[in-house]
Amino acid sequence: MKWIKNKSEIIFIPLLFGILYLLQTTGILNGYIMQVLLLVGINIMMTQSLNLITGLAGQPSLGHAGFMSIGAYSAASITTIFFNVTAMAPALQIVFFLVATAFGGICAALFGLLIGIPTLRLKGDYLAIVTLGFGELIRSIIRIVPAIGGARGLIGIPKLAGLFWIFLFAVITIYVCRNFMDSLYGRSAIAIRENNIAADTMGINVSRYKVITFVFSAFIAGVAGSLYAHTIQFVQPDIFSSIKSTEFLVYLYAGGVGSISGSILGAFMLTILPELLRFLSTWRLVIYGVLLVCVILFRPLGLFGGREFAFLKLNTGGIRNVGFRSFRRKNKDNAAEKPVDKEAE
Amino acid sequence: MATVIQLLVYGLQLGSIYALLAIGYTLVFGIIRMINLAHGDFLMIGCYAIFFFVSLVFGNMMIGPAVAFLVVMACSSLTGMVGVGIERVAYKPLRARPKISSMIAAMGVSVFTQNLFRSLPFIGPNPKTFPTLLKDQLFTIGTVEFSFLRIITISFTIVIMIILYFIIMKTKIGLHMRAVSCDKDASALMGINIDRVISLTFFLGAMLAAFSGAFYASCYPVLMVTMGSTLGTKAFIAAVIGGIGDIRGAVLGGIILGVVEVGIAGTYSEMAYGFSFVMLIIVLLWKPEGLLGKPMIEKV
Repeated sequence: MKWIKNKSEIIFIPLLFGILYLLQTTGILNGYIMQVLLLVGINIMMTQSLNLITGLAGQPSLGHAGFMSIGAYSAASITTIFFNVTAMAPALQIVFFLVATAFGGICAALFGLLIGIPTLRLKGDYLAIVTLGFGELIRSIIRIVPAIGGARGLIGIPKLAGLFWIFLFAVITIYVCRNFMDSLYGRSAIAIRENNIAADTMGINVSRYKVITFVFSAFIAGVAGSLYAHTIQFVQPDIFSSIKSTEFLVYLYAGGVGSISGSILGAFMLTILPELLRFLSTWRLVIYGVLLVCVILFRPLGLFGGREFAFLKLNTGGIRNVGFRSFRRKNKDNAAEKPVDKEAE
Repeated sequence: MATVIQLLVYGLQLGSIYALLAIGYTLVFGIIRMINLAHGDFLMIGCYAIFFFVSLVFGNMMIGPAVAFLVVMACSSLTGMVGVGIERVAYKPLRARPKISSMIAAMGVSVFTQNLFRSLPFIGPNPKTFPTLLKDQLFTIGTVEFSFLRIITISFTIVIMIILYFIIMKTKIGLHMRAVSCDKDASALMGINIDRVISLTFFLGAMLAAFSGAFYASCYPVLMVTMGSTLGTKAFIAAVIGGIGDIRGAVLGGIILGVVEVGIAGTYSEMAYGFSFVMLIIVLLWKPEGLLGKPMIEKV
């Protein structure tokens, strides 16, 4: 029993998937709702990815849709242009899908390296502008390459990513990001965010950790892009415009910057909200804008900033865990045992 | 040669429009170190204000240059007021917070304004035709084609620059603005009313955006609610290329961007949009503070 209490995610995550799967197969959640839920999964991944670079390392990126589009296009070109995946056996399809997704992630990571190194000396607003420029540049390059559909977009991508894959990848992303945040890399990135010069003085290689975080973040964005392409079955350069990038930033800031739980919540709520408000037709985006300004005005750290769900079991300093009572008590005990941690807070 | 001069004239016209809009970005950034992503929407508001003013008051009547000037002045002042209002409601409480918060708030304002205009029943999503404020005349010198509107746009921009320079360098409020941009807290201690200075900055910025919108819409008379965001991004790039925070930089950046963009569009039109970003990245990597900007020294 104690083992289950400590590792409740091993039960709860498959349970959540089981419920979603049952709801899908019984048709209680129709195709439209499922599509929205799949987009929620992809947006959670994107927001996690942005949280690494913007929330942890404090480097605002307005070009994440650019990385996403690289991932989407490179993965879709494998499954659609180079190989005709639809004619293959189902098992082989999955292999190709996974290879394509990994390829998409690696391509995006390479571009992340390409952008990350020269922009090391930029920061804050300037970095935001360069990444914005990069995203728009990718978009305008894709527009003039006829081999991948040009401005009309790439159609006929096989639908390989369903509920299972997106759920799996989203959960993996959350746990990888959680481990990243709790590791040497994440803590170094937080130190760089809090004070660049102080981190440097303490012996943290600022450039190295910035580039590592940037590349890792780009990789996740590329994987998310591949999932997006194989869910929607259609990619077009204008989908990945700067508006998309700012959307992810908005999810992150509304949810709570620097917090994994916050970015999950932000992506979840702000993807669902415009759909819930759809009955208001064009007025829904008016309300969306007002809500966004209100969140920023009245909840400066976002809805969930500085807090984490207790089930993520993060130990990084300065975070208040919220959630189930037993976990809270457990964390309190931990804090009492280790007075060093308390001091760090 | 004639083609080059012709493109230069087109480029100067587009560059003046960008420059007027870029000044707004630069003024706001210079005073409160914030990138107002909703600045392009001031242009859109200004254009719609002129459209409604003209179509309600004058109908299809042809208006003379003097009346047109007064209409543009009135509508741009109105836009200035809107700018001040937006600053008071959405940005003022965020002044002490990290800069990215006000950037997000600006995105929210931008989403709100564009969609409010799209949802209002008397505006709607369909493009509107901008009224002719000035009767345009074409004339040629040698083989180069000029138009009355083009000359007006370029010369008016120059006049506005001179007036702005005069306001900032010679008047008392300009002195206050320079002081606030130098050190906000110290200037507050010297008895400068910071709120008033910031309001004035937003007023001037929004007013110039409306002017720029009037020139743009006279040249390309299609009004859409999204027109501000495209132009705003371009003007923003112009401000950054020239060195954000510096008014001369905004003008220089705007003109460079306009000329280069028209030049590229003249040779390979597909690349015109992307090339402005290439230019931005090159300039920022080579000189991160922009062409005329001063490097900022980080203090521990």
